[in-house]
Amino acid sequence: MSAKPVPSLKDRFSLGLQAPICLTWELTYACNLSCVHCLSSSGRRDPDELSTAEAKAVIDEMAAMQIFYVNIGGGEPLLRPDFFELVDHAVASGVGVKFSTNGSRLTPERAERLAATDYVDVQISIDGADAVTNDAVRGEGSFDTAIGAMENLAAAGFGEFKISVVMTRHNIPQLDQFQAIADRFGAQLRLTRLRPSGRGADTWHELHPTAEQQRELYQWLLARPNTLTGDSFFHLSALGDPLEGLNLCGAGRVVCLIDPVGDVYACPFVIHDEFKAGNVRDDGGFSRVWLDSEVFAALREPQSAGACTSCGSYDACQGGCMAAKFFTGLPLDGPDPECVLGHADEALASVKVPVLLRPTTTVDHSARRPVSLSRR
Amino acid sequence: MTAPAIAGGVDFDLEAAWGLNAQVALRDEEFGALAYHYGTRRLVFLKSRLLVDLVRALDDHDSAAAALVSLVEPSEFHRYAAALATLVPSEIIHER
Repeated sequence: MSAKPVPSLKDRFSLGLQAPICLTWELTYACNLSCVHCLSSSGRRDPDELSTAEAKAVIDEMAAMQIFYVNIGGGEPLLRPDFFELVDHAVASGVGVKFSTNGSRLTPERAERLAATDYVDVQISIDGADAVTNDAVRGEGSFDTAIGAMENLAAAGFGEFKISVVMTRHNIPQLDQFQAIADRFGAQLRLTRLRPSGRGADTWHELHPTAEQQRELYQWLLARPNTLTGDSFFHLSALGDPLEGLNLCGAGRVVCLIDPVGDVYACPFVIHDEFKAGNVRDDGGFSRVWLDSEVFAALREPQSAGACTSCGSYDACQGGCMAAKFFTGLPLDGPDPECVLGHADEALASVKVPVLLRPTTTVDHSARRPVSLSRR
Repeated sequence: MTAPAIAGGVDFDLEAAWGLNAQVALRDEEFGALAYHYGTRRLVFLKSRLLVDLVRALDDHDSAAAALVSLVEPSEFHRYAAALATLVPSEIIHER
């Protein structure tokens, strides 16, 4: 072994990479659902969304940057008429596709088409293990629709798809039931953290898990290291042994987001001007944004632990999720609002910023109700 | 030095000819490289530039030992043989 200390992989990742490892691409803001915690405040298509040709050019750039796969979401990506054209282009270019869907447009024919395509993974979202729990968050009928889509994938012989669940106060008691649904379809369970982003800013305070539920979730995940989490719960690692994954905030370092109009943000949970690094339509395209943007350069600087400096668990949780802090009005160099040691409780209770002035998304495509007159 | 002596307890056949799996793509990074296996869809980190060079050199040599000798200081043989061995279960490299 060489004598000089070798920086850990985690330290090296913090300084950034030639290209993201985990790139999320929201293809459209159009969605037929209006989930109360939607990260991207989706609903209506934006007239400025990337055209088919522009989207293909982005895929070509991903291929050139050796981005091995892209996580496609939305909105509901299947609402884009060119969805399969883009998937085929990506796969043919060596860019694998993992996409998230509410299942409403996943017909038997489309399930067969997906089953026949290499390098495509499908994630179907449910947020409750029964219709009552799920539909309260995702809208009436959405549970049955999602289960129907799972049945279509199974019947088409798609193989192991993923069932994606955002953990809330109401569905944490259903962890074993979610696993049973996954087992029934031979699917893999993917659990992710509720973030106060997008429309989630309005609902997080009522929906986020209690401290006791966080401990329950941590134990459940520790016992099932094969559960996918997208590295979502690293703030829980302060409870003891680290969970599977890199256990760091990858925003702008390992992770980033391209939104439907081509804007590039540090991560899928911070669709806000403060974290916008550029646009894929700018000179130099996506790779220049990734390599040269000032927003990303700042994130790749060593970060201050701030109020967490004196906490013995900082190495384990790294202060938690930047987006969760930002959208709850907490300082970015302090504890996560869901700090498992309770270090944010006081700050959270005394956030001086009135609710209406807390940062909310600067991009809102929520369907307006009731239906109003023309847009301008 | 014979190959088994180089191997020094590492469970890896240094006399065999090895190569990069055709389903694997390498992306160079400052720390080494990312290796992505399109078949298993798993991402593996190669944590040094020298290991990346070694993995790329496997296809040009009749044995893993020959590739090691061409690139690696003798004092590091064991370490890099062990690093190669870790890439076998994930199917990043395979016997030709």
